[in-house]
Amino acid sequence: MEIGGRQITNRLFLGTGKFSSNRLIPEAVRAAGVQVVTVALRRVDMEFEQENIAAYIPEDCIMMPNTSGARNAQEAVRIARLARAAGCGNWVKIEVISDNRYLLPDNYETIKATEILAGEGFVVLPYMSPDLMVAKKLVEAGAAAVMPLGAPIGSNRGLKTRELVRILIDEIPLPIIVDAGLGRPSEAAEAMEMGAAAVLVNTAIATAGDPVAMARAFSLAVAAGRLAYLAGPGESVEYARASSPLTGFLRD
Amino acid sequence: MSFYEERKKYENFDFDGFFEQVTDADVRRAINRDRLTPLDYLTLLSPRAEVHLEEIAQKAHRLTVQHFGRVILLFTPIYVANYCTNQCLYCGFKATNRLERKKLTPAEVEEEARIIAATGLKHILLLTGESRSKSPVSYIRECVEILKKYFTSIGIEVYPLEEEEYRELVEAGVDGFCMYQEVYDEEVYARLHPAGPKRNYRYRLEAPERACRAGMRTVNIGALLGLHEWRTEAFFTGLHADYLQRAYPEVEISISPPRMRPELGGFEPPVKVTDRNLVQYILAFRLFMPRGGVTISSRERAELRDHLVRLGVTKMSAGSNTAVGGRSHPEAVGQFEISDGRSVAEMAAMIYSQGYQPVYKDWQMV
Amino acid sequence: MNIYLNGKATDIPDGLTISGLVAQRRLNPETIIVEHNYNLVKKEHWDGIVLKENDRVEILRFVEGG
Repeated sequence: MEIGGRQITNRLFLGTGKFSSNRLIPEAVRAAGVQVVTVALRRVDMEFEQENIAAYIPEDCIMMPNTSGARNAQEAVRIARLARAAGCGNWVKIEVISDNRYLLPDNYETIKATEILAGEGFVVLPYMSPDLMVAKKLVEAGAAAVMPLGAPIGSNRGLKTRELVRILIDEIPLPIIVDAGLGRPSEAAEAMEMGAAAVLVNTAIATAGDPVAMARAFSLAVAAGRLAYLAGPGESVEYARASSPLTGFLRD
Repeated sequence: MSFYEERKKYENFDFDGFFEQVTDADVRRAINRDRLTPLDYLTLLSPRAEVHLEEIAQKAHRLTVQHFGRVILLFTPIYVANYCTNQCLYCGFKATNRLERKKLTPAEVEEEARIIAATGLKHILLLTGESRSKSPVSYIRECVEILKKYFTSIGIEVYPLEEEEYRELVEAGVDGFCMYQEVYDEEVYARLHPAGPKRNYRYRLEAPERACRAGMRTVNIGALLGLHEWRTEAFFTGLHADYLQRAYPEVEISISPPRMRPELGGFEPPVKVTDRNLVQYILAFRLFMPRGGVTISSRERAELRDHLVRLGVTKMSAGSNTAVGGRSHPEAVGQFEISDGRSVAEMAAMIYSQGYQPVYKDWQMV
Repeated sequence: MNIYLNGKATDIPDGLTISGLVAQRRLNPETIIVEHNYNLVKKEHWDGIVLKENDRVEILRFVEGG
């Protein structure tokens, strides 16, 4: 899979939030063979000394900053520009959220931010609520991939948006990356079997009893799901042969 | 990007080789997929798929009922002119055929409209020959103004227009567009259209896209079956429909699988397309595009049309006449022979008898 | 003199540059991004900018996030 001119072979993207210790991040990355990791941009807390997250991300990884904290397109654009200026490459995950109850993305502002940033040469991966018309507009706006949510962020509820994501996979000519909500490797495998190009997982790995082992489990599930998609599942007949023939009249 | 480029991707595709390699397992897999790829569709069009026809029919029937219900929309064509500047080798109205050329006056259009409206139909398809000078957009528009008084949906089947012209007609009240590419194979197309503006393959191929952009509500396309290898022609028609539906999701896309009829002038179709072939095409298309419309004209025999009601068809013409002014002047010569000459009432009775409902009007702009 | 540092009114000595502010706060220059009155300032220009009354300075860094 190629995104923004980079060849991506590992289809598990990893979010770096919520790990009990940052030292687990490079271990998880290595255990799973992850190539793309997300980070966020925040104000420095003047009261406490903080660690530098970049130090924990292996150098050959693509570091994709998200625009979390942005409540509208303008703020997302500002964060993306700062991140790029800080030497974080030109990938960006657009995340615009003004709903603090469910943390659902604002699709309208996301489209606006995508258009502006794609125009500035960013490789834009917008996080969105799965909606076909919005996805089409993101394509027009210049997105490099579309990242529909499987369930609300951090909910570990699985692929609740299955039917809508399936439609995006069928209709959208860009990689569809299921982001947010996947709680178990089996759910990641299901998304991949459906034809998702990749999945982005954070909470389910970071908060597992053994995050490193869970990262590996997700990686295997993603690879298995992908392989199954490529292999083409066998037939599963869904209904019995009806008794009254419809084509019996044909004689030639 | 247009369908022209999309079609080009298959330019060197080995269709015969593909068909040879299709196995029964491939066919069954294609039948049971939720969403078919273009190659699944081609698999269902293969000779190998013929032995699975009944199984395909059962699924096609189920999908059609699921997405459309048990209804058949009825419409009828109205030929208002037969002047033509083209020389399509196979057509009864081609420029070099000697026949009485005619263009209805507004009063005559109104007379025909009144006769048709009395049958209860609300959807009409307006046809002119392909002559921009004899049947200009202004004339089409004039006809539309009259037809509007009698019908709630007006489709046009005329020579290819510019997007701006389609828009003008949409504003005048046209909501449907119909155009047959005739042949998707570019070389065969060139051979069958030796002269006239219709020689421009690409301009015709892209007309449906212009119509979609201009705001047409329904767009119907098709290949004339019998002019070239039907399996590949059916494949490209389906691919074209799928392309349009993806690019213009707001438009209802449908296909027609018209078979060559003996025309005035006696052109012998180079390829024989049997009933079984026709049915296979319709069923394969239904599985490929579960929501796509399928239109069957009165070219087909009554007995066959009766069976097709349950095989994925969504629209049928009724009480058809392919002659200019043919309803007020039954002696006029038509473009091709009608096989199913049943009246609207007879068609409706047949549809009811199968447990389906004939629909005369499925929408109206308010 | 007062400036707004990360949105908070903060008292700093007169004549302080951005480099001075970073040093005063014991921040590692390699891991932070500085925005001065909504404009990103590259590290090589930190020395040349003397902070003025009511300036807005944002100091950011990459943190963990999904």
